[in-house]
Amino acid sequence: MSLIRLSSPHVYKANSTANVMRLVMLAMLPGILAMTVFFGWGTVIQIIWAGLLALGFEAVILKLRKRPVLFHLNDGSAIVTAMLLAVAIPPFAPWWMTLVGVFVAIVLGKHLYGGLGQNPFNPAMVAYALLLISFPVEMTRWTAPFVLNGDGWQIAPFLDTLKAIFAAADNLWYDSFTGATPLDEIRHRGGLTTEEAWRQSTVLSQGIGAWHAVSAAWLMGGIFLLYRKVITWHAPISMLLALTLCSSMFFGFDPDNYADPFFHLSTGATMLAAFFIITDPVSSATSNRGRIVFGASIGILIFIIRTWGNYPDGVAFAVLLMNLAAPFIDIYTQPRSYGHNRAKKGQGGKA
Amino acid sequence: MGKVFAFHGGVHPPENKKQSTRTPIAQAPLPKMLYIPLQQHIGIAANPVVNVGDRVLKGQLIAEPVGRISASLHAPTSGIVRSIGPHPVPHASGLESDCITLETDGQDEWIEHQGLQDYTRLEPSVLIEHIRQCGIAGMGGAGFPTDVKLHLGDDHIVNTLIINAAECEPYITADDMLMRERAADILSGIRIISHLLRPSHIMIGIEDNKPQAIHALEAVLKGCELNIDIRVVPTKYPSGGERQLIQLLTGLEVPSGRIPADIGIVCQNVGTATAIHRAVHFGEPLISRIVTVTGDAVAKPQNFEALIGTPFADLLEAANLYEGRLFRLVMGGPMMGVTVAHDQIPVIKTTNCIIAASDEEMPQAPPEQPCIRCNMCEQVCPVTLLPQQLYWFSKGREFDKARNHNLFDCIECGACAYVCPSSIPLVQYYRFAKSEIRTEEAEQRKADHARQRFEARQARLEREQAEKEARRKARAEEAARAQQSRKNTEAEKAQSASDSAAPAASAAPDLKQLKTAAAVARTKLKKARDAFKNAEDKGLDGIDALRATLTDLEQKSEEAEQAFKAAEQAEAAAAAEKGVDLKQLKIDAAMARAAVTKLERALTKTEDEQARREMETELVEARKKSDALNQSLSEHSPA
Repeated sequence: MSLIRLSSPHVYKANSTANVMRLVMLAMLPGILAMTVFFGWGTVIQIIWAGLLALGFEAVILKLRKRPVLFHLNDGSAIVTAMLLAVAIPPFAPWWMTLVGVFVAIVLGKHLYGGLGQNPFNPAMVAYALLLISFPVEMTRWTAPFVLNGDGWQIAPFLDTLKAIFAAADNLWYDSFTGATPLDEIRHRGGLTTEEAWRQSTVLSQGIGAWHAVSAAWLMGGIFLLYRKVITWHAPISMLLALTLCSSMFFGFDPDNYADPFFHLSTGATMLAAFFIITDPVSSATSNRGRIVFGASIGILIFIIRTWGNYPDGVAFAVLLMNLAAPFIDIYTQPRSYGHNRAKKGQGGKA
Repeated sequence: MGKVFAFHGGVHPPENKKQSTRTPIAQAPLPKMLYIPLQQHIGIAANPVVNVGDRVLKGQLIAEPVGRISASLHAPTSGIVRSIGPHPVPHASGLESDCITLETDGQDEWIEHQGLQDYTRLEPSVLIEHIRQCGIAGMGGAGFPTDVKLHLGDDHIVNTLIINAAECEPYITADDMLMRERAADILSGIRIISHLLRPSHIMIGIEDNKPQAIHALEAVLKGCELNIDIRVVPTKYPSGGERQLIQLLTGLEVPSGRIPADIGIVCQNVGTATAIHRAVHFGEPLISRIVTVTGDAVAKPQNFEALIGTPFADLLEAANLYEGRLFRLVMGGPMMGVTVAHDQIPVIKTTNCIIAASDEEMPQAPPEQPCIRCNMCEQVCPVTLLPQQLYWFSKGREFDKARNHNLFDCIECGACAYVCPSSIPLVQYYRFAKSEIRTEEAEQRKADHARQRFEARQARLEREQAEKEARRKARAEEAARAQQSRKNTEAEKAQSASDSAAPAASAAPDLKQLKTAAAVARTKLKKARDAFKNAEDKGLDGIDALRATLTDLEQKSEEAEQAFKAAEQAEAAAAAEKGVDLKQLKIDAAMARAAVTKLERALTKTEDEQARREMETELVEARKKSDALNQSLSEHSPA
């Protein structure tokens, strides 16, 4: 009788990286749907375009690196990166910007570091930061929510959107569908108090609902991921709490100059970041305690950059900064193991 | 029912326990051959006390323990010892090990045996020795010899006895069936253990997926005089790990690197309790155990009471194996068990389960994918380690970091590998790292030892060298002393031989003294003359006395002068006698020889007739001088 020799454990939970990635994609659906409903077809087109590019770049670079192409393509990580980038950039962003972004994310942000699991920075955020610094005008001209585009429901037609992304768009038409984001409005309000800004800006007074709805959709997806145990609560909750605390404090002292906590939580990329970006396992801190520190720091940084920084939203920079700090956090946040009196801190030599 | 605590992590793999609990425990058929490994647990292998060809009876001692952590072996049935040598054994390495091969004779003839009359009246040490003689070893996990754990009452204060009935691994139902059918035996065993350890509290930890076993235990515990609690814990792997069960039942953690007894707790498995009961009440050694035979590749999964040494093949046959379906054969559970490559491997004291798995049931793991640090392993680790960090450290051979992240607290339960979406065989990485660290440590120890030995050798050599040197010096001094004394004797001889040399030799030190005395006398004389002259000139009194003194001094000075002169002459005479300075003589002779040689050479080179003649005369003179010196040298030099 000849039998194979295998090491324990001999059974495995039916689980795979591809499965994890599929769950993330599934969880993104409500957010994508909300963005499509409120901002038009741009998001969908960007996702498809970025997805195709990501698969293409991934395949080429895997080939160049002499890795099994299909085996790694199947893990779905490239598509998730592409999707995160696609929902982060403005829906009308021209095709070449997406191309540059995906190239940076997949090739520079991921494979130059050794591929999946090795990248120190969140690839989508690396790309986003690069685009924001390189093309600030295009990157801050967001699509106006449908409510502001005339009477009743009106979003840019699919074909026109396609044309706007892939060919030079008719400026007049294009302008009527773009506008500033609420975060932009609050930032660039001149000498107005927060309340005055709210009254004067249609984006804030009328369009804000669309942003709330999109945030709620991301939150839904996040709850789904928590429920399926794809992510743990530590990073998202600590980030949202830290952001809430910071904004409450400043809003409490000086409501004329600072936005309220709910505004911070429900606009911009807060919810997307909390559940889909800072939970990127590869580039975040390792332990549960580490993720609390990691998330909270990002929350604080987002508030700081939004309030006093030069950019309307601070998610990408906050995430990248904390990616940088993640290994450091890991060293100091080891959990206390069974049978030990206290957690070990620092690198230490012999145990 | 007390409070049940929780432990971090854990997983819920499919239980697969129903298959093997449908029928009661069956008696396994008597195999033709039994292979009894000499080593069935950690510690030292037992030493065989039978010879090939001996007929042994059931229960007869066939191998005795060596050292404290070792367990004796007994013949599981009557038969003839056919060989003692290597045979495949149940070990993760797959290597062969020494076994006693017993050919059964079908008689199943017991050796004379009987239980202890009243163990409560015995000295604990006698009772423990009886249990040791019966070869009882832990039947749950590592198979630690039980008697060692029963001694613990002497060195530790044991306040809690935990009976491990959790049996958390999927598939295994041996303990479950044992509790259902032999709960009274278990209780009897617990009584004995409790008598030895005297705990104040006894807890039976059992998972809630064994309702019938819980019922059976509750039934026998009714009216029991002991303070026993049945603690039902939620089904979660690995609740049955000793440390995890302790945490579940008491909320306490066993400190890292320590044993449960250090916090006053001793754990025993239900199977072990039964074995103790049989040993004490019937005098039966541990020669059989309950084994679950299950898996998709057997038609009748069930539990067998099998003799130790029964080859797996016999049990699989009894459970109707579909040979074509068999893909892997696992000994133990699916989470921590080991695969075996040979069906002749025997049942040992710790074999609780054999899983004959089909390919669909336990497919090979998919290829390993990159770790994405998804953190799922950390969420399930029962020891609260950081499995993914340990994985990176193990893979990158950063063993110091792995160790700093408490690698050695890993119990290798496999929960992390079970949930890993990247199919990384994490436990293998940890085993690798542990063995590498152990190897490094062993090498370090060896190197240290070698260095110490080298240093010791160096020191020894130096010491020996020094001793040798000292001895040599001592010898040299001895020789010098001997020579000195010889010289002295010679000198004495010489002294007695020549009297003229003696005064010179003895006068020599006095010469200086005499000289001084003469000088002093002269000075005194001069002063006296001056004083006399002065007195004479001035016409002082007592001039006669002065004159007398002067005359006296003049005489004394004269004498001193003469004595000095005489001594000086004697010295000179002695020097003249001694005169022939050997060294000087040698030098002179050598110089004369050299002069002769020089002249001879010059002579051969000179052509001028006149000069030649002169040189020849010179040479004759020189030769004469040289000859004379040589003559004198040969006369004066010692023979």
